Formats: sequence, C-alpha cells, structure tokens
Amino acid sequence: MSSTPVTAAKAASGVASGRLDADAYAENFSDLHPLFEPHEALVEADRCYFCYDAPCVQACPTGIDIPMFIRQIATGNTLGSAETIFDANILGGMCARVCPTETLCEQACVRHEAEEKPVRIGRLQRYATDHAIREDVQFYERKDPTGKHVAVVGAGPAGLACAHALAREGHAVTLYDAKKKLGGLNEYGIAAYKTVDDFAQKEVDYILAIGGIELKAGVALGRDIHLATLQDDFDAVFLSLGMGGANDLDIKDADLGGVHDAIDFIADIRQAPDLSALPVGRSVVVIGGGMTAIDIASQVKRLGAEDVTIVYRRGAPDMKASEFEQHLAQTTGVRIKHWAIPKEIIGEGGRVRSIVFDYVAPDAGGALTPTGESFTLAADQVFKAIGQNFLEDALGSAGVALKRGRIAVDADRRTNLETVWAGGDCIEDGLDLTVAAVEDGKIAARAINAHLASGG
Amino acid sequence: MADLRSEFLGVKSPNPFWLASAPPTDRETNVVRAFKAGWGGVVWKTLGEDPHVVNVNGPRYGAIHSGDRRLIGFNNIELITDRPLETNLQEIKKVKRDWPDRAMIVSLMVPCEEESWKRILPLVEDTGADGIELNFGCPHGMSERGMGSAVGQVPDYVEMVARWCKAHTRMPVIVKLTPNITDIRHPARAAKKGGADAVSLINTINSIVGVDLDRMAPEPHTDGKGTHGGYCGPAVKPIAMNMVAEIARDPDTHGFPISGIGGITTWRDAAEFMALGAGNVQVCTAAMTYGFKIIEELTDGLSKWMDEKGYSSTDQFVGSAVPNITDWQYLNLNYIAKARIDQDLCIKCGRCHIVCEDTSHQAITNMVDGVRRFEVIDAECVGCNLCVSVCPVENCITMEHQTDGVDPRTGERYDKPYANWTTHPNNPNRVTEAAE
Ligand SMILES: Cc1cc2nc3c(=O)[nH]c(=O)nc-3n(C[C@H](O)[C@H](O)[C@H](O)COP(=O)(O)OP(=O)(O)OC[C@H]3O[C@@H](n4cnc5c(N)ncnc54)[C@H](O)[C@@H]3O)c2cc1C
Ligand SMILES: Cc1cc2nc3c(=O)[nH]c(=O)nc-3n(C[C@H](O)[C@H](O)[C@H](O)COP(=O)(O)O)c2cc1C
Ligand code: SF4
Repeated sequence: MSSTPVTAAKAASGVASGRLDADAYAENFSDLHPLFEPHEALVEADRCYFCYDAPCVQACPTGIDIPMFIRQIATGNTLGSAETIFDANILGGMCARVCPTETLCEQACVRHEAEEKPVRIGRLQRYATDHAIREDVQFYERKDPTGKHVAVVGAGPAGLACAHALAREGHAVTLYDAKKKLGGLNEYGIAAYKTVDDFAQKEVDYILAIGGIELKAGVALGRDIHLATLQDDFDAVFLSLGMGGANDLDIKDADLGGVHDAIDFIADIRQAPDLSALPVGRSVVVIGGGMTAIDIASQVKRLGAEDVTIVYRRGAPDMKASEFEQHLAQTTGVRIKHWAIPKEIIGEGGRVRSIVFDYVAPDAGGALTPTGESFTLAADQVFKAIGQNFLEDALGSAGVALKRGRIAVDADRRTNLETVWAGGDCIEDGLDLTVAAVEDGKIAARAINAHLASGG
Repeated sequence: MADLRSEFLGVKSPNPFWLASAPPTDRETNVVRAFKAGWGGVVWKTLGEDPHVVNVNGPRYGAIHSGDRRLIGFNNIELITDRPLETNLQEIKKVKRDWPDRAMIVSLMVPCEEESWKRILPLVEDTGADGIELNFGCPHGMSERGMGSAVGQVPDYVEMVARWCKAHTRMPVIVKLTPNITDIRHPARAAKKGGADAVSLINTINSIVGVDLDRMAPEPHTDGKGTHGGYCGPAVKPIAMNMVAEIARDPDTHGFPISGIGGITTWRDAAEFMALGAGNVQVCTAAMTYGFKIIEELTDGLSKWMDEKGYSSTDQFVGSAVPNITDWQYLNLNYIAKARIDQDLCIKCGRCHIVCEDTSHQAITNMVDGVRRFEVIDAECVGCNLCVSVCPVENCITMEHQTDGVDPRTGERYDKPYANWTTHPNNPNRVTEAAE
C-alpha cells in the first residue's frame, strides 16, 4: 500500500482531499483477495480432505456443502461447483468476499488443526461463483406462478435471498427499498477493497434474473408505504430493513465540524466516482471496535490520512471485528488503542481539534469505570463507529413486537404478526453478518412458502 | 559410511542406480550429463537394425497427474532409437572410453532370426560395452513387427534368443521382461534356461492414459488418432515389485540376478525393490520428471538408511524380504489386529468413520457423548487397514496386534497359536497337519 502524501502541502493538517497520487488510490483500493488463477484454484482444491460431516459445513451459517463444491472445482466442474454454492446461498459470491472465514468455515477446517493452514474456502468459493456470474449461467427456473404475492421490504442480503427463493417457488414478489440502488450494505457498507468492479450491482442483477420480482426502489416503509397496507395487499411480508440508525456519542460537542458517522462516510467512499475528491484529516480518530470501526479506519488511511487511531473501550479479544480484520487494519498502518472512552471533544472555530479519552477498567461486574488517567489525541476528523440501531419508526403502528430494540422473531423468522416475517440485521440476536442475513432470508422464504402452500 | 559400490553380473558401477533404456540414455549428450550428475550406469536406448525406425511427430507422451499435478503415471508411444546404428555405436564407444568406471549396457532389439543377432553382437562388443540387455518388453510399435513384447510374451522365443546371444557374445546378457503377460515366472524361467545371466523388469505396461472427450480420441493423439502406449512411473511400482518378488521366490529362478525397474523415484523405492531381490535398479520416469539431479537424493538417502540399519554394502539386504513373502493360505489366521486412533494426532476429518461405515464394518464412531470423536469399536473391527489407508495424518491410525484377552467380535482368545487356511474347518481341502 502507498500511503505517503505526495507533497508537504498535501500532508498539511486539517481536512483535505487529493492527499495521494492518482495511482496510489487505485492501488490502495484494489481487490484485497484477487480471484484465484485456475492453477491456484486446483492446487488449493486438492488440499480439501472431503471430510465426513465436515466441520466447515457446520460452521457456515448457510450450510454450503463445502467439500462437494471444492471437489467439483478439483474435477474441473466449476459450474457444478457454483450451483452447489448457490443452492445454499444465492449470495455466495458476496459472502466469498466478505465473510470473516477465519472465524467461520476456515476456522473449522481440519487443515487448520493439522497445520494451521486451512483450505482457503472463501477464495475457492469466489472462484466458482465468479465463473458462473461472469458467464451469466442461471441454474434455477421459476416454477409455475402460484398466484400468491409477497412484499419484501429492504433489498440487502436478507431481502435479496428471500425474494429469490420465493420467486423460484413461483410466487410474485415486490421488492421495496428506500434507496435508489439495491444491495443494502453490500452496496453502501462493505469496504471498497472487498468488493471491487461494482460486484454488488452485478450480483443483484444476477439474482434478479430469476424473474418474477418487481422492483420498487426509492420507496420507504413508514414514509411512502405502510406495513398495515402491505398486510392487506399481500399474502405475506418479509421485513429486511437492516439497521438504519447510527448510535451517538453521549458527550458534549459531538456535533462539531469534522465529527461524522462512520457509516455515512463509508457509503460516500463506496459511491465516490473519484476517491481523490474525498477529504480526509491528517490526524483521524475512530471510536468503536466493530467491523465499521476497522473499515472506516483502514479506508481513511488508504485515502492518505497520516495518523489513524482506533480507540476501543475494551480489549482486543472483545472487539467484534475478527483478529484478521484487526491485523488487516494494523498492517495498513492503523493504530489500535484499548481500554479508553471519549471524555471531551475539543474544538476551535466550530471544528474538532482534538479529543480527550479516559482510561477505563472493568469492575467485578464487567462495567467500565475510569481509572483517573487520561490522554489526548489530535484529531482533524473523528468517526463514530459505536454501533447501529434499528429504526423502529418504519414499522408504524402495525404492532410488530420488538425485543432489545429489534424485531422479535421465532425460529422460522416469523414476527408476532400472522403474515409478517423478518430477518437480517433488523431482528433480535442477528449475527450482523452478510451470510447470517442470507440465511435468515432463506429460512423465512421456506416458512413463507410453507404458509402459502397451506392456503395461507 | 555405507559402500554403495555395486557389482551386477561382474559389471561394476559406483552405485546401484542405472538409467533404464529410454530417452535419458538416447545419446551421448544425455548420457554424459547423467554421468556428470553421478548416475552409476546406463542401459543405452535400444538399438535396432538399419534402416532405423522413425517416431511420430505428434506428441508421444501422456500422463496421469494427482490433483496438484504431481506426475504419477507416464505413458509413451516412442519406438527404439530413431538414429542410425553406426552413430549410436560410435557414441557408446566414446562415452565408455571417457567414463570407464560407469556401467555401459546396450539394449538391443532385432528381428527374431539368429542371423540378425549374430550380425549386431560383434558390433556392440567392439564398443567396449559391459553387457547387453535384450528388449523383449516394448509393448508398442515394435511388437507389431514381431519384436519386443511379441517375443517376450512367448517363453520359447525368449529362451531361443537368449541362447543365440550367449552363443555369439562373451558379454553378460540381461533379458528385459514385459509385464504384459499373465505369469511373469514363465519368461523368467525361459531366460534362465536359455543361458541368460539376468532378467530386468519391468518394461512398460499396455495403456491408454486418457481420452480427449472433445475429440473422442485417446491421449496423446496425432492427427485425431491415438494408439495404446507403455505405462510407467510411480503408478506401476506395485505391479513391478510383485513381479520381481514372484521371480525371486520361484524355486526355479530363486537367486537368479534381477535388475529392478518400474516407478523408482526415491531411495526408498530402490531399497524396496532390492529387499525383494533386485541386485540393482534402473530408473527412467523419475529422471524424465525431475532431471538427473535426483541421483543425489537417491544415493544419499540409500546410504544414510544403510548407515542407520548397519548395512555396509547393498548385498547385505538384497533379497532380505523374500522369505517373508508367502502364499495367502499360509498367513496366520489367529493373528488379530485392531485399529487404534491416536486422539492427539486426530484432526477429526471423519474419513475413517465414513469409509468404515459405508464400505467396511461400521467399526468407527463419529460421536462420543455428543462430541465429534472417532474411536474404534473393537467388537466390529476386523483389522482390515482401510482406515489407516485413508487417514490423511501419518501414524494417526495404527494397527495394533492383540495378545491378551478375548476378541469381542468373535469371542475367540487373542493368544491362540498359529493356524492357517490349510487346516481351517471351512476349507474343503483341509489337511490335519498345518503346512508352513
Ligand atoms: C461498515 C460495515 C462493514 C461490514 N462489513 C462486513 C463484512 O466484511 N462481512 C460481513 O459478513 N458483514 C459485514 N457487515 C455486516 C453486513 O453488512 C450486514 O450484516 C448485512 O448487510 C445485513 O443485511 P440486511 O439485509 O439485514 O441489511 P442491510 O444490508 O442493511 O440492508 C437493508 C436494506 O433495507 C433498506 N431499508 C432500510 N430501511 C428501509 C425502509 N424504511 N424502507 C425501505 N427500505 C429500507 C436499506 O436501504 C437497505 O437496502 C458490515 C456492516 C457494516 C455497517
Ligand atoms: C519414453 C520412453 C521410452 C522408452 N524406450 C525404451 C526402449 O527403447 N527400450 C527399453 O528397453 N525400454 C524403454 N522404455 C522403458 C523403460 O526403460 C522402463 O523399463 C520403464 O519406463 C519403467 O521404468 P520407470 O517407471 O522408471 O520409467 C521407455 C520408457 C519411456 C518412458
Ligand atoms: S481396520 Fe477396517 S474394520 Fe477396523 S476400524 Fe479400520 S476400517 Fe474399520
């Protein structure tokens, strides 16, 4: 990675765009794990032991038959391999790019136990799925129309997976999304270097090619449409709204210039036609410990910020971002500080200049209390990445039961309302992973299909 | 340090590794490179009568690969030398003169007429070569002309040609056997009867290594057509070793010198052939896969192993495994082994479980007390070794000889004395006194 500003002027303090050479942006935001060459794929595929009741399959939230798809790659049946993957996970292409495989399938690989080098399942998965998507081979045909109509609200991974599965069964689906572009966080949230070349949109097109899915983009639940009406107009409704709200810092001056929600800036990065036009600070502080914190820090660093520090209130093992993600940020040059919480933002002329943190320690019950020591970090920009929340206003007064601020569901992802299901980040106990959202969509589609088949 | 010096039929070489008659020994350039690299000797690429044969100009080799493209089987449709006899003879003479300490054997294939052999033998003798090898093995191209394996498949011809050669040259005569035959002992006995000094085996096995499913033609193909070739390389080693052992333990040929060939790739392969009775070994495919440098590993590995075992020369272990090869009917039916899985080494792939479950005796668990765990159920295990064969971790599963107690599978005591099939009650031809 090249991260050195070109000239002293470009390294100046404050917030500035174009800190790097044009080439550096392209390099810094290139594919994190490039597509395997055929030879690499064959060598890697050959490492799979074709385990019985394979632990990797157990570890995949969507239960992809991993040994089978790898064996299919090894035997030159790449399309068959892609089909095996899509059978379990129609977003297998995006999951291959964004899944924290080091804590999922690859963690469980027996080769991990044997020699600490798991089979690189994610990259093999990408090899197979990219092949099918590039060749535009469709494996599924819609069944005859059932005459049933389902509304899916939110076109992120959960909504797309559900819509595809329902369309396959012959139901008519209307897919709503508040945004103009579909894909949810695949399009607006995932780090740019994990999904290059507009893959998110290509995947959406590939999924929608099944047919039978009517799109309503730019239509928001709670604003343009209402749940009560959907309940009346459709045979079933699937809510996959994600988490639209960003948690706020509970301190003074959190609204100074230069203090941003990480999520918004990440979306800007993904949508920017020209990365050099994005202004970043020389000194940047990120508050949080999840994937969002890691991603904003890494990407701001790749945009030319000189000092980027993540400050997290607990220890490294507590971070929701995996060890691999933490290392990735650190090798990009991001510093991670632990056991500190923001105390005060200091501004000048309406803009942030620095931020003061208190060191904290957990008490017997695990609650954090200040130790009495503190430190100050210079900051031209501060990014808040302390979690998202579900915006329940969208549900209106339909009476959807919530649990811990998100939609309560049963094992079939059914809400308390007879014809309403929900999945993805907007439900309680969500794993907050793309792959988990896909599985929710799949489970809900199965349940909805059963409900509709039984005359519901 | 073990002494690797070898003497085979009185022919000396600094080590027991010869290059088999094939492309690596086709010409002066190659052979000199081989000797520089350290090979003990060569069997020169088979000579024939002029006018020399020609090879196809399309591909002549095909291969079988493992998943990571390691070559495990090799196939060729090459013929004997495609250069004039005189050119070869001159080169042989020069190389032997320059490398007197290396074995120089000349492989020959001429029509099955005494005159032909009578004509060529003095020419070879004149080069100063140490011996000849009669190519009765080549399975393609030459056999259609009544040579090569066409001769090797008829023991009477083998005997006859061996006799002619012994009559017309003072050089040691090695008969190279074809494996494309039902019982290898017959041509070996014939060679001995004809007066030959040794046999070498195996030559290549008739094969089609692949089919091009687009062109619907065998691989390799020339202008859309293919023909069967000769198979060699690591894949043929087990077949070759069995044939070597058959000859070594046949009362008619026991002790008859054997030069072992077929899939030898590492020092261990060589040691195995020698333990089965081969006095030295020949290598072709391994050199064609990795180049001549492998001789360093072959000699060093063999010598280190000999040091470790306390052998100071190769003749101390040649044939050592032969007495332990017997017929099935003499195996001890009261020897009971059970598989044992080392839980510390187990990586929990579950392959032992599924193969035993699906295709053997349902003798390995996959769950114990609700956790993934693979344990042998003695009451079901027949000791077949399948699990050991498929386990990806070396020494994780072993077969343990049971000596104390009772076999829960059969209810029989583990320590019953030796008994074999010859006296078994289920044997309709049983005898009362066990033959050993
Ligand atoms: C910065 C960041 C990085 C991440 N990185 C990874 C990663 O590397 N790997 C990984 O596995 N996971 C990652 N995640 C988590 C992953 O993106 C989510 O778990 C996943 O996208 C959830 O899918 P979803 O379908 O539930 O919701 P979303 O992807 O959030 O999609 C919800 C959709 O609903 C629409 N919507 C919302 N409200 C309304 C409304 N009222 N009316 C109509 N439409 C509405 C939205 O516009 C959006 O399109 C990351 C998350 C973030 C924030
Ligand atoms: C390309 C090729 C050509 C061969 N040509 C001859 C030959 O001319 N004469 C001969 O006796 N054997 C010939 N052989 C057989 C080899 O000498 C040897 O017996 C056989 O390959 C088995 O040994 P390996 O497994 O080490 O290759 C040839 C083998 C190959 C691969
Ligand atoms: S030795 Fe054979 S029967 Fe015994 S456990 Fe292994 S595979 Fe099963």
